[in-house]
Amino acid sequence: MGFLDIVNTTKSYGAVEVLHNIDISVEEGEFLVLVGPSGCGKSTLLNMIAGLEEITSGEIRIKGGVMNGVHPSKRNIAMVFQSYALYPNMTVGKNITFGLEMHGTPKAEREAAMHKVAKLLQIEPLLDRKPGALSGGQRQRVAMGRALVRNPDVFLFDEPLSNLDAKLRVDMRTEIKKLHQKLGTTIVYVTHDQIEAMTLSTRIAVMNGGYVQQLGTPQEIYDTPENIFVATFMGSPAMNVVNAKVAIENGRPVAQVALHDGSLTSLPFSQENMADWAGKEIFLGIRPETITDEDAADRKSNNIALMTNRIVVTEPAGSDTFVTMVMGGKDVVARMRSDAEVKANADFSFAVNMEKAVAFDPVTEKRIVP
Amino acid sequence: MSVATQDTAIRTGRVVRTLIYVVLLLFALFYMLPLYVMLVNSVKPLDEITGGGMMNLPQVFTFEPWVKAWSSAQIGVDPTGLSPYFWNSIKMVVPAVAISTVLGALNGYVLTKWRFKYDTIIFGLMLFACFIPFQIVLIPMAKMLGLMGMAGSTSGLVLVHVVYGVGFTTLYFRNYYAVFPTELVRAAQIDGAGFFQIFWRILLPSSGPIAVVSIIWQFTNIWNDFLFGASFAGASSQPMTVALNNLVQSSQGVKEYNVHFAGAILAAMPTLLVYVVAGRYFVRGLMAGSVKG
Repeated sequence: MGFLDIVNTTKSYGAVEVLHNIDISVEEGEFLVLVGPSGCGKSTLLNMIAGLEEITSGEIRIKGGVMNGVHPSKRNIAMVFQSYALYPNMTVGKNITFGLEMHGTPKAEREAAMHKVAKLLQIEPLLDRKPGALSGGQRQRVAMGRALVRNPDVFLFDEPLSNLDAKLRVDMRTEIKKLHQKLGTTIVYVTHDQIEAMTLSTRIAVMNGGYVQQLGTPQEIYDTPENIFVATFMGSPAMNVVNAKVAIENGRPVAQVALHDGSLTSLPFSQENMADWAGKEIFLGIRPETITDEDAADRKSNNIALMTNRIVVTEPAGSDTFVTMVMGGKDVVARMRSDAEVKANADFSFAVNMEKAVAFDPVTEKRIVP
Repeated sequence: MSVATQDTAIRTGRVVRTLIYVVLLLFALFYMLPLYVMLVNSVKPLDEITGGGMMNLPQVFTFEPWVKAWSSAQIGVDPTGLSPYFWNSIKMVVPAVAISTVLGALNGYVLTKWRFKYDTIIFGLMLFACFIPFQIVLIPMAKMLGLMGMAGSTSGLVLVHVVYGVGFTTLYFRNYYAVFPTELVRAAQIDGAGFFQIFWRILLPSSGPIAVVSIIWQFTNIWNDFLFGASFAGASSQPMTVALNNLVQSSQGVKEYNVHFAGAILAAMPTLLVYVVAGRYFVRGLMAGSVKG
């Protein structure tokens, strides 16, 4: 049993079930990110943990205590909202201490807690201002201060960075991570941004259509996605998924993939059990950064396959150059180092790190487990 | 297309512009004419009016008619002036406005932030109250007031006006709170604030503009109401409007037009005052929520 347990929990609105049998157990001090496209049910799940939405069936436990039907204020949780939800009529200081006041904490204690939190977040000069006079980043800090001051068991973040501009978002992301490392609190964090999910979390739950598609560490999610949805949702640019046929060459299973002109190239699998699929169609998943030029190929890899293919477009992005080609009838993106000598409409010799490639069952769209 | 309209807008010549202002000014003057007549005649001795110079400025300036209208004019049987009725109106209007506004705010709060089954139907029914003609409810209302022992009393009038006003105030506050961020209410819930604490501490302090709209609307309507006042008020609770009628319609003696004019202005004064003091919030409040700010 964990610190926060979501046990077989479902949520229905009338006859429509929007969350199906969610089972997640969070340990103390963990940073769990719920990630998924809009409408996948991640915010609903967070609201259910907070007690703002009722649980249709199943159980949510915090520190072993069943929270079904317990009022949000009695769950010892704190929440940071997407819009920050600062009370516009109160000063920053009042905003931070409002929760303590409602819980009957004496004034002196409230003041002390407020100053402690304000110091931690470096918002001391703002305490007498109204939220309307703050910038986005400052509001964000105040919202976190309001959550921190309660010293709750679980922090809930509902897309807290999505209202900030791109640069500030990256800064605040680092700040949240620092805060988590410093305080070691348990956090459940909702976002649709897979980079936030990867960078912040200790574990990720990828959600889609009301199901948890995969629950695991960022590395597990990235390297061994359980299905095509997870594979393509996590990672930017997305994982390339192309049609391939499994064949046996020299006693080894290979993936035969059509190149730009329809000719086939053979990419040998590292997974021995792919031999069971000989003669069958599969989907082959290749991350963009595992397609490189020969010089930049991963030296630690035991399985680098070479192929020559026509480049369609190159997109220099400064740090990397993105190269688009056609494989298996689809556009495939390769992430190359910036000084790779690539030209559009020219043939180029690519190195594919097949150790990192994953294969998917074309019917179930699930990963073929080695 | 937009370029073309901009062009014409710029080319609108001085002549056209002057014409527009002249027309507007004429309309404004025409609209103000009754007020002019009332003001001018309320500070004249009676013989100047009966002499036929209704549009003229006063030759002899006097506040006599005002004093008389306020304190000694014959209202019905007693020469009390309008002053006791003025206080009757105040005693009726202030609680009625306050209660209907607070109730409307509470209703709006519940209808937007504590949604329940069939809440839209209930809101629809409350809206319906805005469109019921006064005359229809006169007899049932009289019966109800009688049953409750409130017939002929100020509190009875307050009740009638609250019941009638709550539809409007609910409409105002509901629409205002509909765009009030629900996340604030949720944040307050997590902070441990209860139903009324959220209302008093979070919502009401942010409701200034719409409260002004509600107060102006209710004040104007209730103060100016004649029908309910004439129907349900007792001798000691008659409001200003009814008293004014009794002053002007009295069938005995000389018609003191100057006193009548002064009385009419006195009766209109409070609503004017409320509008002048709070009017600039009125438009702002009516517009609130219609434009994303």
